[in-house]
Amino acid sequence: MLLIHCPYCEEERPEAEFRHAGEAHIARPQNIAEISDEEFERYFFIRSNPKGLVFERWRHIHGCARFFNAARDTVSDRFLKTYKAGEPKPALDGEG
Amino acid sequence: MTQPFRLPGVGRLDAGKPLAFTFDGKSYTGREGDTLASALLANGVHLVGRSFKYHRPRGFLSAGPEEPNALVGIHRDAARKTPNVRATVQELYDGLAAVSQNRWPSLAFDIGAISDLNAPLFSAGFYYKTFKWPRAAWDRLYEPAIRRAAGLGNAPDKPDPDHYANRFAHCDVLVIGAGPAGLAAALAACETGARVILADEQPVPGGRLRFEADARIEGKSGWDWAEETVARLAARDNVRVLTRTTGFGYYAQNMIGLVERVTDHLANPDPNAPRERLWQVRAKRVVLATGAIERHMVFPDNDRPGIMLASSARTYLNHFGVAVGNRIAVYAAEDSAYAAAIDLKKHGVGIAAIIDSRAAPESPAVEEARALGIDVLAGHAVIGTDGRLRVRRVHVAPISGGPHREFQVDALLTSSGWTPAVHLFSQSRGKLAFDEATQRFLPGLYVQDAVSVGSCNGTFDLASSVNEAFDAGAKVAKEAGFRKPRARQMEASSGTPWSIGMAGASPGVEPGTSKMAFVDFQNDVTAKDIRQAVREGMRSIEHVKRFTTTGMATDQGKTSNLHGLAIASQMLGKPIPEVGLTTFRPPYTPVTFGALVGHSRGRLFEPTRRTPTHDWAKAQGAVFEDVGQWKRARYFPQVGEDMHAAVARESRTVRETAGIFDASTLGKIEVVGPDAARFMELMYTNPWAKLGVGRCRYGIMLREDGFIYDDGVVGRIAEDRFHVTTTTGGAPRVLHHMEDYLQTEFPDLKVWLTSTSEQWAVIAVQGPRSREIIAPFVEGIDISDEAMPHMSVREGRVCGVPARLFRISFTGERGFEINVPADYGLSVWKSIWAEGQKHGACAYGTETMHVLRAEKGFIIVGQETDGTVTPDDAGLSWAIGRKKADFVGIRGLRRPDLVAEGRKQLVGLKTVDPQIVLDEGAQIVADPDQPVPMKMIGHVTSSYWSSNCGRSIALALIENGRARMGERLYVPMPDEMVEAEVTSTIFFDEKGERLHG
Ligand SMILES: [Zn+2]
Repeated sequence: MLLIHCPYCEEERPEAEFRHAGEAHIARPQNIAEISDEEFERYFFIRSNPKGLVFERWRHIHGCARFFNAARDTVSDRFLKTYKAGEPKPALDGEG
Repeated sequence: MTQPFRLPGVGRLDAGKPLAFTFDGKSYTGREGDTLASALLANGVHLVGRSFKYHRPRGFLSAGPEEPNALVGIHRDAARKTPNVRATVQELYDGLAAVSQNRWPSLAFDIGAISDLNAPLFSAGFYYKTFKWPRAAWDRLYEPAIRRAAGLGNAPDKPDPDHYANRFAHCDVLVIGAGPAGLAAALAACETGARVILADEQPVPGGRLRFEADARIEGKSGWDWAEETVARLAARDNVRVLTRTTGFGYYAQNMIGLVERVTDHLANPDPNAPRERLWQVRAKRVVLATGAIERHMVFPDNDRPGIMLASSARTYLNHFGVAVGNRIAVYAAEDSAYAAAIDLKKHGVGIAAIIDSRAAPESPAVEEARALGIDVLAGHAVIGTDGRLRVRRVHVAPISGGPHREFQVDALLTSSGWTPAVHLFSQSRGKLAFDEATQRFLPGLYVQDAVSVGSCNGTFDLASSVNEAFDAGAKVAKEAGFRKPRARQMEASSGTPWSIGMAGASPGVEPGTSKMAFVDFQNDVTAKDIRQAVREGMRSIEHVKRFTTTGMATDQGKTSNLHGLAIASQMLGKPIPEVGLTTFRPPYTPVTFGALVGHSRGRLFEPTRRTPTHDWAKAQGAVFEDVGQWKRARYFPQVGEDMHAAVARESRTVRETAGIFDASTLGKIEVVGPDAARFMELMYTNPWAKLGVGRCRYGIMLREDGFIYDDGVVGRIAEDRFHVTTTTGGAPRVLHHMEDYLQTEFPDLKVWLTSTSEQWAVIAVQGPRSREIIAPFVEGIDISDEAMPHMSVREGRVCGVPARLFRISFTGERGFEINVPADYGLSVWKSIWAEGQKHGACAYGTETMHVLRAEKGFIIVGQETDGTVTPDDAGLSWAIGRKKADFVGIRGLRRPDLVAEGRKQLVGLKTVDPQIVLDEGAQIVADPDQPVPMKMIGHVTSSYWSSNCGRSIALALIENGRARMGERLYVPMPDEMVEAEVTSTIFFDEKGERLHG
């Protein structure tokens, strides 16, 4: 079980308190009704799924209930950083 | 004479504590401290099992958890019959009853051993090749034959009566393994004040010191040092010593799974004690001191009972005081095996010879053996053995050629070297590195905060091992935030150093030989099988493993993996690291499901949710059904009624007079705030801004892809407050979905979301008499049709309790849903019920609710929809706000596939024979005479007998369904082809007049 640092509670808590919520930094287009099929495909269906550094969303659903973002290395499963929703994507390198 | 192989005055067990036990019904005695294996060996019993595929007689290979052969059943009572217990691990208790497995009719005469003759049938890859076709032969011939022939013990047939505990623990330093290295590491770490947990799988710590009787540490015998050290550690408050505790899994962020066996060694366990305890330990630093596992030699017929690992024979002698035979040979490719011959010889046991495959072994051990008069045959190999149920004779020949010799023996000890136990290191995702010089995989790159010490780190020399471990214990304690203790040099020595040894087939087992030289005993895999796999094209060890099943038995190849790898590498002509090493996965040794499940079983498996009227409904004789975690009353049978009759009566009564229904399980979310209406506009397809206070609307929620996610009636309580209902069980995901958008996409909206599902009890009163039934209890609300029409909501009091009263209907009748605080639910229900009875109303359950809504064509999300249904597919396009600029799903709805022709649409189906009720989920075809496989054009989503319509009714999703009104379609059923007509989804009161009274 992973330990995850909630940036709102400012505490490291067990994974069982959290729910994963997919890739981070994918904003819903402001003009979503007008976008093309290709743009919609990119927004809704296509995900990067890299080996190594990922930016992903988590929700502290059995805690403060807030959504936040995390940078995690999928090879080591190590969290490099967690940060609040709306904060910019941090400049990080994967662990390789 | 009892225990004829127990040597007087030898070993560490107390002769004054005899224990009685049985094996296959025969009585024996052993001693306190014995394992089942040592006690059987003390009685001269070597034959304990039959092998998995060939049913070959098998004995004990080892004295520990790596045991592949000696699997038995332990039967405590009718419910406690544990199969596949390693006799080398099971501690003896008074009255223990063990049985052998995988044999018929008896262990000594097993008819299945005939499959030994059919060995070619079971050769490598037989799973994939032999039994493919004809298909029918699988069911009738192959599978039953394989199941009879191949197998382990039988699973118990009664529920497990024991319970299992679960503990979470945190520590600074977790040391796994309490051999000399683990003890030294724990000693160093605890002296800094760090919180230390020390776990060992054996009942008594000591590791290799159990058999290394000549080891000395800090001026004492190794065993005495270990016992004193454990006592010192256990006496400290910052140390927890766990014995009989296996570290079985190494998970992310230094979380280790340990399983502690609490009662399996006791004759009369405390019934309140757990059988096992799962420890989930989060450690700042982990010290792996898991030791090394001795490998056997891979020679022809190396699996007869009486053939065992050299160090294990030493354990039986030096710890348990048992000689594993009277005349013993040793076959080795390394030095430590000599110690077994030397120790046995010194205790008066006859040693026939030491056969050493090395041309000219040189070490003090070799000299000592020769000095004791033991015949050492260097450069020789064992080329075969005899003995049906126990090894009787060993055939030996010089490797360079020459005359064969025979030795009469009753045991043969083997060792080809030691494999560092890197399982947990590998599980921690550390990278193993192959050490060419010593032909071992050793810990390389660490990815977690761990360190390996002692023989699992390749440090076999005892003095180096304890010093390496002491330094590591001090270092990790410092890393965990403690002051480093004073450096210290520990004195240690052991008589016989462990040398490099060899891996792979022994000399004489060359490619082309038909002899059975076993690599993996538990899965009956021979050197020949591995070679065959390579010949048939397997190149990676992962493929060889799956093709031959080597290393895939419950022992996970602890003694065999390196041999298999070496043979494959030799065949491929590639170095071992290029052939690869299979991945080590948890658990290290088998773990019971009980330990993993802990208390989460039966009633504690998951929460049970009950509505406020649950006990009332139960007293009325309601039959319940599970809906998610909820228990819901399904129907209320009267005397003599089955479900069909009860539902027919309930659904007629609702339409004729009235029915009362507990709808409390509906999900409810309170959406509040100045931007509540704007938020609702975004979350639902419908328009909300203009919905008046006191009015309700049926809302549809989509996912961004345009498919229906949820639905429910929403009431506007105030300008800034909506009472949202969701499907039963849908509330958590709907709230999650709403929170997601509110927090991350529309964070500027001033809205607050609160789950109120459990706060409101909901009593639905439906039917022509519903208003009369509730009228006496309603205060402060005008419930006349004019003042409170269909789809309205009012706040007031019911039975004096604050209430939200909805005029809504899921039945098509005039109806009300009374929401009161859940704690008042039962008392309000009882008042309504008493009044309802005066009007001839009934209580109805979920089954009638389903029938009534289907009569009106109302959908249930999850029944009519499956995540690929759009509002238009479901005939609900009227619920989409056409003028809205945005809502979740607006763009998804315009995707090409969602607007294409030929989508499946919700329609009604009436069977031509009105008595036939279709099966839900049944497929629909247009042409009943087309060849199989037929083209399926849709499926039945809901189907019921409707007593109100006097016939069966069904809803179905059918390609272009709305264009097919009146068309005859066909539903193929197992025994007939049912003809049905496509109709409107509304079967009753098509104009909807009854809603208004
Ligand atoms: Zn939090």
